[in-house]
Amino acid sequence: MDQHIAETTGYHDAEWHAHGHHKESFVTKYIFSQDHKTIAKQFLITGIFWAFIGGILSSIFRLQLGYPDMSLEWLRPLLGGWITDAGKLDPEFYLALVTMHGTIMVFFVLTAGLSGTFANFLIPLQIGARDMASGFLNMLSYWFFFASSVVMLCSFFLKTGPAAGGWVVYPPLSALPQALQGSQGGMTLWLIAMALFIVSSLLGGINYITTIINLRTRGMTFARLPLTIWALFLTAVIGVLSFPVLFSAALLLIFDRSFGTSFYLSDIYIGGEALSNQGGSAILFQHLFWFLGHPEVYIVMLPGLGITSEIISTNSRKPIFGYRAMIGSLLGIAVLSFIVWAHHMFVTGMNPFLGSIFMILTLIIAVPSAVKVFNYLATMWKGNIRFTPGMLFSIGLVSFFISGGLTGIFLGNAAIDIPLHDTYFVVAHFHLVMASASFFGMLAGVYHWFPKMFGRMMDEKLGYIHFWLTFIGVYLVFFPMHYIGIAGFPRRYYSWTTFDVFNSFTDLNTFVTVAALITMVAQFLFLFNFFYSIFRGRVAPPNPWQSNTLEWTTPLHPGHGNWPGAIPTVYRWPYDYSKPGAEEDYIPQHIPYSQTMESNLPHENDLIALEKEEEDIVIDESSESH
Amino acid sequence: MFEVAIGLGVILVLVILLLLFRVQSLLNVARGSDKKIESTSNKVNGALLLLFMIVSIIAFFWYSIAEFDNYTLPNASEHGVLTDRMFWVTTAITGVVFILANAALFYFAFRYQYKDSGKALFYPDNHKLEIAWTVIPAIVLTLLVGYGLKVWTQITNEPPEESEVVEVMGYQFAWKVRYPGKDGMLGGYDYRLIDPVNEFGVDFSDKASFDDFVPREIHVPKGKPVLLKIRARDVLHSVYLPHFRVKMDAVPGMPTRFWFIPTKSTEEMRQETGNPDFNYELACTEICGRGHFSMRLIMVVDEPEDYEKWYNSQEPWLTQNPTYLSKVPEKLQELAAVTTGINSKN
Ligand code: HEM
Ligand SMILES: [Cu+2]
Ligand SMILES: [Cu+2]
Repeated sequence: MDQHIAETTGYHDAEWHAHGHHKESFVTKYIFSQDHKTIAKQFLITGIFWAFIGGILSSIFRLQLGYPDMSLEWLRPLLGGWITDAGKLDPEFYLALVTMHGTIMVFFVLTAGLSGTFANFLIPLQIGARDMASGFLNMLSYWFFFASSVVMLCSFFLKTGPAAGGWVVYPPLSALPQALQGSQGGMTLWLIAMALFIVSSLLGGINYITTIINLRTRGMTFARLPLTIWALFLTAVIGVLSFPVLFSAALLLIFDRSFGTSFYLSDIYIGGEALSNQGGSAILFQHLFWFLGHPEVYIVMLPGLGITSEIISTNSRKPIFGYRAMIGSLLGIAVLSFIVWAHHMFVTGMNPFLGSIFMILTLIIAVPSAVKVFNYLATMWKGNIRFTPGMLFSIGLVSFFISGGLTGIFLGNAAIDIPLHDTYFVVAHFHLVMASASFFGMLAGVYHWFPKMFGRMMDEKLGYIHFWLTFIGVYLVFFPMHYIGIAGFPRRYYSWTTFDVFNSFTDLNTFVTVAALITMVAQFLFLFNFFYSIFRGRVAPPNPWQSNTLEWTTPLHPGHGNWPGAIPTVYRWPYDYSKPGAEEDYIPQHIPYSQTMESNLPHENDLIALEKEEEDIVIDESSESH
Repeated sequence: MFEVAIGLGVILVLVILLLLFRVQSLLNVARGSDKKIESTSNKVNGALLLLFMIVSIIAFFWYSIAEFDNYTLPNASEHGVLTDRMFWVTTAITGVVFILANAALFYFAFRYQYKDSGKALFYPDNHKLEIAWTVIPAIVLTLLVGYGLKVWTQITNEPPEESEVVEVMGYQFAWKVRYPGKDGMLGGYDYRLIDPVNEFGVDFSDKASFDDFVPREIHVPKGKPVLLKIRARDVLHSVYLPHFRVKMDAVPGMPTRFWFIPTKSTEEMRQETGNPDFNYELACTEICGRGHFSMRLIMVVDEPEDYEKWYNSQEPWLTQNPTYLSKVPEKLQELAAVTTGINSKN
């Protein structure tokens, strides 16, 4: 092994030095950096910022729902005119809060913050590449996201407020400034921000795909890729195929808003005036939106599933059960995610026959999802489980994925969806299966890869407290919403007291709000732990979780280029944990079979000859782009 | 002054917490317990996971059973029986999976927690098992889909010929309803004819419109099919009748519909719920702006005879708004006068 490195790395060493030593200014190192690790941290920190904004927005509207009679006068310094003279939240601002909460959480936190962080950080490190295929596009991807963030943030300061038509921004509500204050400047900024966001996401996605296809290190076949990479790969593919559709939907909406076209508008009388638009279709927008929107929930979900596959396997000290089935189900989900979108539209007046088709397709997608759950369970069965904070959050993810996924079987069934559509049952469903599950995936990832990101450990005890408060909190917030939804309470309601039929459950709603506030406060533990540990955490050992993947073979603080010497060659899959015969309970990917005679399976012994052949091929890295 | 004291107090508490945190982590390092894997915290976490499962499963059953009557709305339509039944069948099936899968998750976590002496089982796959847990969910889901398709097509089928037709129109922020009147036909409409009085934009060159009437509440007969013709005037709205398991969006420029058969009159529901003030309500479930949460309309389900009486006692809209007679074309004036009972004066 060592000899092999010495033979083949003459060139690399030279290159590494070139990398490490050329002087980088603060600006190129931390701001306009092209190093994937720095870009990942930029995404992460921006994502955390947005997560707190999104969380605080939900705390405000939860106060309104849980304590409808409470005076919110004390928020006036923050919200100004959005608090009415009676000391209440303005009903329209309530909708703006809900809308921005949804938009921020789905796109800024769980798409950019999650994929942006872990795709950037893990792809080169786990496939054995020096950086992304194009560091420059990668940098642009972050800065487009940043610009998008700035625009979205600005919309909070408009006099007419930010967009308020729901995160799905259905026209005509979002198209007509006279229908809603938020559909004035706020909506314009929303559309601009989303356009920038889509550009960012496409730049990132194309880069991730290219990198995974082209820059895998020697021996890193697709059948040896860690599941994180598979998941991030498919996430990027889904994003590249679906975001352009949202872009076109947004573009047509811009035309309708600003240039008098009628793509989505028809037969409208509003504000005492009949508009001239005719022939458009409001439903068209919904089809276009959900063509992105449904895949989007998997864009949000798959990285979390990939991350937990890795973490659960590592911490159970067991190979992931059914590696190939896991890949198969990821592929299945990725493909099917494109042909189920209209399950969001069963009661829009869409042809009921279409409803039938989409109901069949939707329930098919439950099968690969179920397979994933069973495989997680089988991975933990007879394991030797270490409850690191990352592992606890992964277990939490699996639990949410089970609990929230099952209610999808209700909503995917058109007939049951009639009473449940747009009620709190839906809010409960997607907050468990998408929001909380992916959030836990993200937190698990942060706890797990923090040592690689910052060279220090986060405090475990604080991590445990954070986990327990958040895990219990999430269940207490979202589980009761099922009951409220079965009772028929509609979502996006400022208050329920207008209706006799919804004039109950005030105690439960108060309970939910208290739970939400506690959960929210618990996140500050994380915030503290995160920033404190960056500077003062215990210095991390090189491979703190005794994990098999390549990132742990880099130095504690990998420089630009990741490995000082040659990139390790990969000889085996990433899940050789607790292999019978082996001394340690893990065998990293870069250890050749020729060194592990005692634990090789019969067919692996046959591979030793091949290893020799492969090692003789000298790869000239100068021909690889990076 | 008081605020300052509180502020100082909060800061003090934070500082103390910070110190405790620092001391604890230093102690850990000194004891070397941060390096031990079979540690107390591993055991505590394992135990807590199990405890969490037990407590929450108990809480789940307790709340679901104790509060059953509060979170289930009585049902008052024929197809509602079907959707409710399907809901509960699905709940039963998924409920079993919900409990078993979560129980397995937390139990495995507890049972197989780390032991220094232990070693995990190297068990990368088992094709028989994997096929089984792919095929079994697939079969169960196929059955659910089949069942769902049957109910769904039944609900969305063509409405029966003899349905009572009611037009429901949503606008910011209320509902309006229009009935076809004695001729059983709704008059045509055009959104360009809408004005502050003629809120439906009824086209009075269509003679079917003369006897249309616009009551303040919806009335429907018990036991007869009712066809809601749904539209919106400005933005999306959604007609939602919780007790009837009815929901359908109202879309500007694209009329939609939903038909159902009410099975309990308002009076009967008052008795069933023991609430003498009970009323069926129609709500909006598609975000439509500031007043989205307040688009309430009362719906009354009458016994068929009462419904008949009510229907026949309603005055045509045109009778109430005689100025619109001028919109009626010359050759239909006479008919309009007869239908509305107004003598046009010329
Ligand atoms: C701090 C924890 C959270 C709480 C307490 C919370 C609470 C809520 C509630 C009560 C609503 C419904 C409001 C209404 O319909 O009037 C809502 C909407 C929503 N939430 Fe959350 N949520 C939280 C975290 C998240 C996360 C992590 C996501 C990420 C996907 C998310 C995504 C959404 C979306 C997409 C909507 C729908 C917005 C809309 O109707 O336009 N939430 N949230
Ligand atoms: Cu979907
Ligand atoms: Cu509405």
